[in-house]
Amino acid sequence: MGDLLDAVAVALKAGLGFQAIFFALLAIGINVQFGYAGLLNFGQIAFALLGGFGIAISVSQWGLPFWVGVIVGLVAAVVLALLLGLPTLRLRADYLAIATIATAEGLRLLFRSVSATPVTNGTRGLSAFNGDFIALAPWATNARYRLLGTSWSGGELWVAVVGWVVVVLACLLVFALMRSPWGRVLKSIREDEDAVRSLGKNVYVYKMQALVLGGILGALGGMVYAVGTGSAVPDQYQNANTFLAYAALILGGAARVLGPVIGSIVLLFILQFADTGLRLLIDNGIIPEGLLSATDVAQIRFVLVGIGLMLLLVFRPQGIFGDRREVMLDAR
Amino acid sequence: MRADPNPHGASASGASGASGASASGASASGASASGASLDKGATWQRGDTPQRLAQAALRDLPWEVGVAKPDPAIVVDGVTRTFGGLTAVAVDHLEVQRGGITGLIGPNGAGKTTLFNLLTGFDQPNTGTWSFDGRSLGKLAPHQVARLGVVRTFQLTKALSRLTVLQNMLLGAQGQRGESFLRALVPGTWRAQEKANTEKAMDLLRRFKLDAKKDEFAGTLSGGQRKLLEMARALMSDPKVVMLDEPMAGVNPALTQSLLGHVKDLREEGMTVIFVEHDMDVVRDISDWVVVMAAGRVIAEGPPESISQNQAVVDAYLGAHHDAPLTVEEEDQVLAEAEQAIAREEHGGGEVLGSTSTTTGKGER
Repeated sequence: MGDLLDAVAVALKAGLGFQAIFFALLAIGINVQFGYAGLLNFGQIAFALLGGFGIAISVSQWGLPFWVGVIVGLVAAVVLALLLGLPTLRLRADYLAIATIATAEGLRLLFRSVSATPVTNGTRGLSAFNGDFIALAPWATNARYRLLGTSWSGGELWVAVVGWVVVVLACLLVFALMRSPWGRVLKSIREDEDAVRSLGKNVYVYKMQALVLGGILGALGGMVYAVGTGSAVPDQYQNANTFLAYAALILGGAARVLGPVIGSIVLLFILQFADTGLRLLIDNGIIPEGLLSATDVAQIRFVLVGIGLMLLLVFRPQGIFGDRREVMLDAR
Repeated sequence: MRADPNPHGASASGASGASGASASGASASGASASGASLDKGATWQRGDTPQRLAQAALRDLPWEVGVAKPDPAIVVDGVTRTFGGLTAVAVDHLEVQRGGITGLIGPNGAGKTTLFNLLTGFDQPNTGTWSFDGRSLGKLAPHQVARLGVVRTFQLTKALSRLTVLQNMLLGAQGQRGESFLRALVPGTWRAQEKANTEKAMDLLRRFKLDAKKDEFAGTLSGGQRKLLEMARALMSDPKVVMLDEPMAGVNPALTQSLLGHVKDLREEGMTVIFVEHDMDVVRDISDWVVVMAAGRVIAEGPPESISQNQAVVDAYLGAHHDAPLTVEEEDQVLAEAEQAIAREEHGGGEVLGSTSTTTGKGER
């Protein structure tokens, strides 16, 4: 029983740690783009990569202050969004999907390539760029603190606190935007672009604004991740993360302000709980060693999450917060 | 119906329409409609006698393609649009009278919807110029055309399913301050405007009898209600020209009458209406002027009662030569047979019977 409680505590830490913040920010960005505006951005991780490396390169390679690095990362994300949007947003939704998925993979390969090594340090990545930020913590960052049954280092705690503040601010921003006429236009574009055009709205501009806003949120997610791990390695930014963020969004409920946040917490909680729980069961001999070994757990937990998502789509397609009537409507 | 260039012929069709237009409140006897049309002084209100200003203005025009209208709102000149080898639209000259209802008819594939798309910026023509109120519409994007006051609806209704009926309506309002990204974050800049728009939307919804559904998702409405919503949404933008692409398609007959009434109201409020329709009864009932297209060209135009008489129109719908006159030989043959029959009759009934028996005899031989 004590073991089970421990597993819950460890999972809770994962659900509240910087990785959950990372996915929450990615998913909030995707929510703006996909949930509200209907844009298929399958390369959200590219924005995160630019955010993370924006700080890492600025601080470690160019010797700039941390906050300048943040600005560099955000500007890079805006530029990427404009570059992706300019050619594709006049076309059907599929083209943005193709362009973003290719860009996400292409940027990661570029950042880890040999020719980029002088800037990005290739596959080994950059580190030691978050000192300025960690030093801002109002508590001792090298001490450890007991919280919710698990131990957090002061640095970890500081990143998590600031990260959640950013998440809350992002949610407030999305909330304010989506209840305004601007948000109404965005939701209408998701339903039918031509109808919105025929009513005198410049659809292209709105889609571009949504893409840029979502990209900025993605970059913030990447920054939290880079600062949380203390290093920026190109291969951390695999595009699978984009789809995990989509999973978090669907789980929480698309086009809902809190959907992506709760979705990310729950997703990370379940992933960690499945991991710890399965190891526990194997250690205690409840699952025979021949059926499942401890090394398989890392993979099996994703299978379990996949099954869970399938069950969710069957029994609660609207996610945790969604409106069932809305999902059941024939979209056209 | 007999072809009659006299507009009083048209008022007869107006009478048949008025009986059905109870939803619009146009209870006036249609026969007096053309007489009242000249009373331009007072502003029109719902329920007043309809003023058929456009009809009076168009009364003396010749029924020919490309005829100049007294007060054109939209002028189309030499517009062509080709898709590969297919010429979808090739209109030499077309003027649309301001404040009137212009019906656009033609068989399937005649280019009516393509012309709509061209006029509203959804498609760009290969050649030609077209203007609205003297302003060229060339190279304008759809939203820019809409901002000039030319609003369209679609053949396949585009209700925004996962928005409520009221949100659909509010989207139609023009010049909303809260639709800019930065101002959206400061509710103070758009609250008052939003409130005014909501009142206007509720007025329109009441008129279209959708006010009870204001908080329902538009996707739950029936097909006919969606048509109504789309029209009401277009009216939120205070348009000058309303272009309706098959407003009656798939709408049940009871609702058709109500929709017709609403379309007539638009005219009375001074809007110019252009609509595509296949139901000829509807076209005869409400249009002041009818433009017929076939294979991308305008093949005829004139008041509605002139159209069914037009040979080019009949040919376009039913195919040429379906009732073409017989050739000279055929005619002679028919005459000769008739003369023979008469001659036999003059010889008496017995002869006729006898001739019948001889033919049967021949058959047996």
